Amino acid sequence: MNERKPVGQHKPMETSETTNKKGGAKPGKLGRDVQARLGQQLRAMYDDVVNQGVPDRFADLINRLEDNGNKDKH
Amino acid sequence: MPMDESVRKAILGAVPSLRAFAISLCGNVDRADDLVQETMLRALANIDSFQPGTNMSAWLFTILRNHFRSEYRKRRREVEDTDGHYADSLKSQPEQHGQVEFREFKEALTHLPSDQREALILVGASGFSYEEAANICGCAVGTIKSRVNRARTRLAELLSIDGVDDFGPDEQTRAVLAGGGE
Repeated sequence: MNERKPVGQHKPMETSETTNKKGGAKPGKLGRDVQARLGQQLRAMYDDVVNQGVPDRFADLINRLEDNGNKDKH
Repeated sequence: MPMDESVRKAILGAVPSLRAFAISLCGNVDRADDLVQETMLRALANIDSFQPGTNMSAWLFTILRNHFRSEYRKRRREVEDTDGHYADSLKSQPEQHGQVEFREFKEALTHLPSDQREALILVGASGFSYEEAANICGCAVGTIKSRVNRARTRLAELLSIDGVDDFGPDEQTRAVLAGGGE
């Protein structure tokens, strides 16, 4: 399942791992309820957008592309 | 390019979460929508390189993320700040929950390095496994785990909730974090 081929290539990006901020992160240091709380907020933020569904702009785009595809062989 | 119905469905179906991811990357709805549109165009242009049976959503996220990264490098000056423009653009978004705590959370998120924010979103919100997130970001699984851990720890620090019982609001700290508003 990990064999998919991404378009473009992976490039390394700047890493924050190397710029260890004070204290750094120690895995498991946070309490479970803290983690749960953070996770909940994160999903709430994300889901606000997800729940907006598919804006017309994108449905229109697909339809347009489809029409073009049917007309001329690309 | 006759479009397969299943491809069409899969791409459209992924749009809501692609938008959520894009907004979390660039902090700007209009720019995020442009990113999503470009992702759709690239995906369709390269649909032959998609392997049926694999995760279409992860494939699309990879395209979006790579595109954002290359744009990011081009427009570094404009986009780089994790504190300034990005934070401002989030502040200008209408408040949907009206909770101080929620706004503070968003604000704190803007202070994370972008690679940590991206890892946290992919794993914590988009629902990808560490392995999938590592594939999307083109890095090792351990790197993703480390980024997610750092992101959580940093968020907890910023929100002053680094202790188990420390959810009590420290209003002064919060006011500072929230940019003195409120």
